[in-house]
Amino acid sequence: MFRPMTAVSSFSLAACLLMVGTASHRAVAQSPAQVEQVVAINKAIEQNWADYEIRPSGEADDGKWCRRVYLDIIGRIPSLEELNAFLSDRNRNKRQALVQTLLYDDKYTEEYARNWSTIWANVLIGRSGGTDRRSLTNRDGMLKYLRDSFALNKPYNQMVYELVAAEGSTKPGTENFNGATNFLADKVNDENAVLATSSVSRVLLGQQVQCTQCHNHPFNQWKQQKFWEFNAFFRQSRALRRYVDGTRDIDHIELVNEDTAGEGGDPEDAMIFYELRNGLTKVAYPVFIDGQEISHSGFVSDSNRRQELAKLMLQSEFMDKMFVNRMWAHFLGYGFTKPIDDLGPHNPASHPDLLNYLGQEVRKHSYDPKQLIEWITLSKPYQLSAQMTSSNELDDPTLGEMPKFSHFYLRQMQAEELYQSLVTATGASAAGSYEKQEQERRKWLSQFVVAFGTDEGDEATTFNGSIPQALMMFNGDLIKQATATDKGSFLGKIASDDDRLRAKLDNVFLTGVARRPTRLEQTMANKLLMARGGKEAEMLQDIWWALLNSNEFIMQH
Amino acid sequence: MYSNLGLPWATPSGMSRRHFVKHLAGASAMASTAALMGNSVQAQAEEMKKNQKSAILLWMGGGPSTIDIWDMKPGAATGGPFRPISTTGDMQICEHMPLTAKQMHNLSIVRSMSTREADHNRGRYYMHTGFVPNPNIEHPGYGSVIAHELFRQREDLAIPPFVSIGGASTGPGFLGMAWAPFSVTSNGRIRNLEMKLEEKRLLQRMAALDVIETGFINRTRGSAATEHQKVLKKTLDLMTSEQMEAFRVEKEPEEMKELYGTNGFGQGCLLARRLVEAGVPFIEVDLGGWDNHNGIHTILSDTKLPQLDQAMAALTSDLEQRGLLENTAIIWMGEFGRTPRINANAGRDHWARSWSCVVGGGGIKGGLAVGETSSDGTAVETEPYSSEDLMATVCKGLGISLETTYTSKNGRPMKIAGGGKLIRELV
Repeated sequence: MFRPMTAVSSFSLAACLLMVGTASHRAVAQSPAQVEQVVAINKAIEQNWADYEIRPSGEADDGKWCRRVYLDIIGRIPSLEELNAFLSDRNRNKRQALVQTLLYDDKYTEEYARNWSTIWANVLIGRSGGTDRRSLTNRDGMLKYLRDSFALNKPYNQMVYELVAAEGSTKPGTENFNGATNFLADKVNDENAVLATSSVSRVLLGQQVQCTQCHNHPFNQWKQQKFWEFNAFFRQSRALRRYVDGTRDIDHIELVNEDTAGEGGDPEDAMIFYELRNGLTKVAYPVFIDGQEISHSGFVSDSNRRQELAKLMLQSEFMDKMFVNRMWAHFLGYGFTKPIDDLGPHNPASHPDLLNYLGQEVRKHSYDPKQLIEWITLSKPYQLSAQMTSSNELDDPTLGEMPKFSHFYLRQMQAEELYQSLVTATGASAAGSYEKQEQERRKWLSQFVVAFGTDEGDEATTFNGSIPQALMMFNGDLIKQATATDKGSFLGKIASDDDRLRAKLDNVFLTGVARRPTRLEQTMANKLLMARGGKEAEMLQDIWWALLNSNEFIMQH
Repeated sequence: MYSNLGLPWATPSGMSRRHFVKHLAGASAMASTAALMGNSVQAQAEEMKKNQKSAILLWMGGGPSTIDIWDMKPGAATGGPFRPISTTGDMQICEHMPLTAKQMHNLSIVRSMSTREADHNRGRYYMHTGFVPNPNIEHPGYGSVIAHELFRQREDLAIPPFVSIGGASTGPGFLGMAWAPFSVTSNGRIRNLEMKLEEKRLLQRMAALDVIETGFINRTRGSAATEHQKVLKKTLDLMTSEQMEAFRVEKEPEEMKELYGTNGFGQGCLLARRLVEAGVPFIEVDLGGWDNHNGIHTILSDTKLPQLDQAMAALTSDLEQRGLLENTAIIWMGEFGRTPRINANAGRDHWARSWSCVVGGGGIKGGLAVGETSSDGTAVETEPYSSEDLMATVCKGLGISLETTYTSKNGRPMKIAGGGKLIRELV
């Protein structure tokens, strides 16, 4: 549970909780041109363009932008109705109005929370975390915690505190349930919690320390000593297995803190040992990355080491920057550093001042995730078209260039986004309770996860534009459902409308790619109609299938 | 018929000419088209196939304990409980590898591997590419590189030229998604392969798709959109190809399945042999679970080594009996070895400074142990070899020129196998 803490600068629990209560009543106040943070982002990005003598692409048209912002904020493309409502809106500030609707309108709360809990579960426990029967992680528990947190718009720093200091049971419905425990439940028992050390530092502070476990790394400011000092914060933590009555099947995990005597056998002075490459043994106590020490006592009543760590983390500017960098990368396709979770001095940022500034602003604004989302989505770079021009085609991060955000970077949808888009746009496999739907979704997603066979649960996705993805899009059941033409289906409804054929075709294109068909595409549709013997529904089915399989559909652009 | 429909139906650019012709004949005529190929063409194809080179990477995810398997230190404090046994090659190996011991005249051990990456992700990347991770460039994995080089000999191959069985591999980097590993499970079952649509209609849909794709590429520029189109073409090729029969490992006789071992890795190796026969240039078979920080020797003797031993021995002897071994390189490795020192939990941790890999077949000499480590296994005492050196040696064995150079997207020239030096004893 979240506990009030002392000596945390510029952070007030009361203010955070107050903000949670009021966020949803916010009204449109300033136009984007007046929002201080948006102005600052634009200035920094434009300065960088000037420095490199590149010119940005034009603005994305409203249809593309609407699709983009739905995908990024609630994890799916807009429905035809939602898109049309936006296109026909005459409000000059309609982009801002849409962002606020997606963030604050109650009808989107559930989808918003689902999207961000999906994203964060993948960050915290991976796509495969908690999917194996023997896993110590309970994926439902993790998701429930995250969903509740995002639905309440919990301040980010509070989430960090809860994830790092969590105690209790991993499984919903059990006594002491605390879903936040799932982040660390399978990372504290083995190898002296090495995994907890590297995950907490990398995911939440942007510090890549895994190499320094065994030796000082030449390119990393982290030394082996620092690794084990950070590791010492996790040495009271234990993941206790709770079994199903009368069996050896794990029912759930209880993440607890226990008094430790360290490796020297003295709980008053609980030190740990590690080995240098030359075979010498050295001693470490809990010390934070900035050098702040805590008590050497191993008694939890004297010093709850994970709570102490969480408090220290909340004071660290790295926590702020990591949050900003992750969010920026989510919306713009690239972070200010690559990889996004390496903020060390050996890895300079593309826009270091802007990253610092946004980190400070986030701190000033009580770590409100929605506020940060507003700043980013209303900023100039997020409005730009994905169409490169001759004066910015050199701005291509795939060539190893630092991103300059002078056009929107094409990127593929995530598997989760595709699934949710098809469910919403076409009603594919949407029946049943939330749990039933969630199960269906998870089963479908699991086909793309491949493991690397390490104890650290490393994994990759084959939903990466390779053949298994293409096969699924060609022939998979989900696509079959999405292209069904029976009564009540998406295509069935469009086909049976009184509209002229041209209007039906428009609707299919708008739903899929947020634009109307080109002349060439209309010609193609007419030929298909002939080939289908004049059956409109079948022609629309062919077109819709082709659209779903196109680069234009699968790309966020 | 599409010919009546005029452009854009004439030649759907999303498919090869070979396929287009095949499709034009219509689904019912497909069988007879194949028969029309005639005996002489078939014989020629058989002859070509015989000379085709391939490579199989047996990837030991997690970092295998090579000091317990290939470079034993009996009697040393670091040695562990296993005994060495003699082999048909000029070396001894672990007692829990008795079947492979009889194949060692075909395989060589490089005992002086010395690398620097002891983190799983970094080690996997380095051992798969010959480069350390660099945020500004994505290097292609050896699988993609070798597939890319050997594919020229067999343009009729509809199966993706790089197949990864039972796990993930390293991606194609700047070579593009068309060279990505095609991941399948060890039972060879491929999801969503069935088209369940009338062939003619599928092709018409493909033509429509082509119009949409091309429009998008022209509007946005950049490689991301173009790559998608290439992958679609490969997918269509594979969906409609009879070559995909090669994945049906269940069609193998029971004795053969049992010879390889009726577990994931065994069947994966058997599948790899089928794919070599079908002309696939690079296959990776993954056996994970080597990250044994705790209780390592029980895990090795009870599960890992028996599985490995049976499958590796079966694969080597089966390839040899079929006359395929001389053209098929076998590479056995993981991301690193494990610490000579046995830790407090009776496990071994990550160790990259001195460890072993195994290679054989494909023009590489067998029966040798190259290089030496110190008496406790903590240091390499002869010339150290790297990922690049090992791969240069494999490339040489496969007849791929070491002068082959790629240009990364940002214009940086990159020598194949990272400019590694040959391990002279082996080629």
